[in-house]
Formats: sequence, structure tokens, C-alpha cells
Amino acid sequence: MIGLEVLYVIGGAFFAAISVLSARDASNPKRWKNTAFWGLFSASFLFGSHLPDLANGLIVIAMVLVAGVGGLGRGEPRTTTPQERAESAARLGNRLFLPALAIPLTALAGTFAFKRPELGGLVDPKQATLVSLILGVFVALAIALPMLRARPAAPLQEGRRLLDTVGWAAVLPQMLAALGAVFAAAGVGAAIGQIASDWLPGGSRLAAVAAYTFGMAIFTMVMGNAFAAFPVMAAGIGLPLIVQRFGGDPAIMGAIGMLSGFCGTLMTPMAANFNIVPAALLELSDRNGVIRAQVPTALLLLLANTALMYVLVFRF
Amino acid sequence: MLSLIGIVVVVIGFMARLNPLLVVTLAALVTGLAGGMGPIEVVETFGKAFKENRYVSVVWVVLPVIGLLERAGLQERAKTLIGQIEAATTGRLLLLYLVLRQATAALGLTSLGGHAQMVRPLIAPMAEAAAESRHGALPDPVRQFIRAHSAAADNIGLFFGEDIFIAIASILLIKGFLEQNGIFVEPLHLSVWAIPTALVALLIHGSRLLMLDRRIDRALAEARP
Repeated sequence: MIGLEVLYVIGGAFFAAISVLSARDASNPKRWKNTAFWGLFSASFLFGSHLPDLANGLIVIAMVLVAGVGGLGRGEPRTTTPQERAESAARLGNRLFLPALAIPLTALAGTFAFKRPELGGLVDPKQATLVSLILGVFVALAIALPMLRARPAAPLQEGRRLLDTVGWAAVLPQMLAALGAVFAAAGVGAAIGQIASDWLPGGSRLAAVAAYTFGMAIFTMVMGNAFAAFPVMAAGIGLPLIVQRFGGDPAIMGAIGMLSGFCGTLMTPMAANFNIVPAALLELSDRNGVIRAQVPTALLLLLANTALMYVLVFRF
Repeated sequence: MLSLIGIVVVVIGFMARLNPLLVVTLAALVTGLAGGMGPIEVVETFGKAFKENRYVSVVWVVLPVIGLLERAGLQERAKTLIGQIEAATTGRLLLLYLVLRQATAALGLTSLGGHAQMVRPLIAPMAEAAAESRHGALPDPVRQFIRAHSAAADNIGLFFGEDIFIAIASILLIKGFLEQNGIFVEPLHLSVWAIPTALVALLIHGSRLLMLDRRIDRALAEARP
């Protein structure tokens, strides 16, 4: 059955290739740091499932020291000039979109197909979307390589060019997910829930609703993830006050509470895959540029969510 | 209460603009120690959690294809296409993307977007080209502003669309939480109550996008005295 382990081998092979290509690129002044960083990451992908936890932990710490002190460098793989790109774009026309759109379309088709009983057992149904996305990459390569008459090494070098623009930020989302797990194991959520319920203004319905929606947004900003904030805030304020004391509707409390958390996601660098990674991918000089674009919408929507919750939750 | 010290580390570290990888690792180690783990146990817990979350980083495997297509002029082609459409402005284009992203996410089709697959190769170059065809070459701050808004449209469309779909992770989490507390709700009942917020989100961010063209005009007027 194709599941996460197969994807980890593919990912590990990709990061290993990045490591080797970095080592051979003398144009990068920090090439050995890039080699070490992506080499360690590749080892975590290829062998992580079989290594003891301590070894996995030491790999992470080594990666952090390599990238965190002095940063990574940027290689300069040979690519095309703007002139060549314009000519190629004019020659190929809209055919260029075909491989680009093949990725999401395969992801979509696979997600549905792999969940059908006839194909049951082929792909782990829990990972159908991720497996289909990676399958889409191979479909796109199968279309693009002959169309562009590119050598097989070209996509790897181009992949390295892009991965070097993202740099260490590429690993940040995974690192933050790991931090969330440590927070959970150390009881951080429970401690915050305690504070929230200690400070809670009793009595007023509006105060309870506002404490809950704003609490969801703020705690999400701290944790980087509304999923981590929801059980804490719902157990601390949503359920005991809005539902049990004031008789609010639990479905509305849950749905609009989660969406208030999403307003927090838009405003925090801790949600790295939505905010920091795109800033790096789009080569913004301000790491928080995407957050800046989102803050006005997030704040207005948080107020709107509070109003919606107050109007709806006690009525249904 | 001592376990909250990790949050303090994160907030100070991010504000001081230290390398986030260092900040996050330090926060994890400090939190574990404050929570009563031994030093070896902390490293083990962090390592295990890192290993179990590798699926988060698998998506980088799309970069070789995106890079290959960029090398062949994908961004240039996307720009030409938008430049040919007279009515295309940055604001209208991003509004269209916001609506499509939100609508497809509401149907559960969340993989139809994304920053590496969609925003960098297609949406951001198109949004830039729409401004370029009106104003000529753009100064760098304006270019970056347009790119940041391209990423924002993707995020906002995704976040406030996906909860309308009944089988999305966040809806299942809410259902699971309520069930643990003895309250049984249908996923459909939860996703219906995501619709009001989705409409307001479209209204708020859509209006901001319609005003974006005027903001770009103003930024350009200031940049070129």
C-alpha cells in the first residue's frame, strides 16, 4: 500500500539530490552548510522511521545549528535568461500551462479515485490527497520533460534554485508542528485554559462571546494553529459559559469559534506555511509582508465573527 | 504555569527577529525542561514529533516541476495572457482568484491552489502583469506589495471556504470535541454555520481587493514625483 513511507523515500531522495548538487556548486560561498543541512534533512526523511527518537532529535538540533548560526547560502544553478524565457514562452504558448495544471488536477482526481472501493488497498485512504499531489508531480514531469526537451538533471537544478530562495524557512512549518507536540506534552494548553477561565468576566453574554472569539484568535497566534487552540478555548470558555450557562447552540459555538481562530492564523508568523513560506517563495524583502496584507481583513472579520456569534448562538 | 515560558521565548525571539529555527528549538527545549522532562527526554520528544510531522514538508517535491516550467517561460506566458485582457486589473484578477479559491475549497477541493503550485508560478506574475500593462515597469515596493496580496488572497479564500465542506479536518475536530463532551452534532450542521462568516469574509476582503487598484495608483504616484 502506498502511504507516507513511500512519500518519505521520494522526499528523502529529492533532498539528497539537493545536498549533492549544493556540494558541487562552487558559486555558493556557504555550499558546505547547504550540503550539510539538506543532507541531514534527507537522512531524517529516509531513515527517520527506523532511528531511535534521540537520534531524530539530534538530527534536528544539528540542522538548526547549521542553519540558525550564520544562515544558509544561495547557489546559482545555470538557468535561462529573461530573453530565452520570453522566446520559449512565445514558442510554446499556452501548452506551458498543461503540466502546471496537471498537478492540481491529478491531485483532485486521485483524491476521489483512491477512496473508491475498487482501488482500495492501493493507496492509504488517509493520505490519498498527499499521495495524489506527488503523483501529480510525476505526471507533470512526464508531460514537461519531452515537451521542453529538457535533460533529467534540469528539474533537480531548478528545484534547487527555488529551494535555495526559500532556504531554512522550508523546514519551519514542520518544526512548528513539532513544537506544538512538545507544548501539548508539557501541558501548555491546560495552563492557558486555566488563565482564560480565571480572568473571565462572569455574567455578561457579550463578554463571554468576545472573550471566546478573541481568545481563539490570540491563542491561535501564539500556537500558530487554530486546531491547537480550539480544544483549549472551547473547554475553557465556549462550552462552560456560552453553551452550558447561557444556553447557546454548540454547533454555532464550535463553527464560528474555529473561524475566529483562522483570523488569528492570518496574523502570526507562527503559521509559517501560510505566512512566512510564501514571503520567501515570492522573494519579499519583508518576512512579514504577507501578514501585513492580511491584518486589516483579519481584524474586521474577527469583529464580524464576534457579532455573528452574539446574534446567532443564543437564537438557535 | 512554568511551562508557559516557551511561549515567552517564542514571542521575544520573533520580535527580536532572531532565526526562527533557533527560536522554535529553544522554545521546545525550555518548555520540556520546565514541564519536568529530563534533557534527554526533551530531545527525544522533539525528535519524535519532528519525525512524525515530516508529511508537512513532502510538498517541496513540487519545486522541480515548477522550476522547470519557469525555466521554459511559464511566468512570462502567464503575463502575456493577462496583458491581452483589456479589463484585467490587479484588484479584479485577485478578486476572481479569491472567489474561485473559496468556492473550490467549499467543495472540498483544497488542493486546487497553494503558494508553490499556484501563486508563485501563475497568480503573482498575472497580478503583476495586470498592473504593468497599465503603468509600465513597476518599482520594487509596488511589485512586492502585489505579490504579498496574491499570497493573502490564496490564504483567505482557503481558510474561509474549507469549513463549508463537511469532511474537512477542522469540522471533524469540532465534531470530535463536542462528542467527547456528550453533545452530538452532524457535520452538516457545523458546516452550515460556517457560511455566514464565509460570506462576510468575501465581502470584506473582496472590497479591499476592489480598492487595491486605487492603492497601487497612489503608491505609483508617490514613487514617481
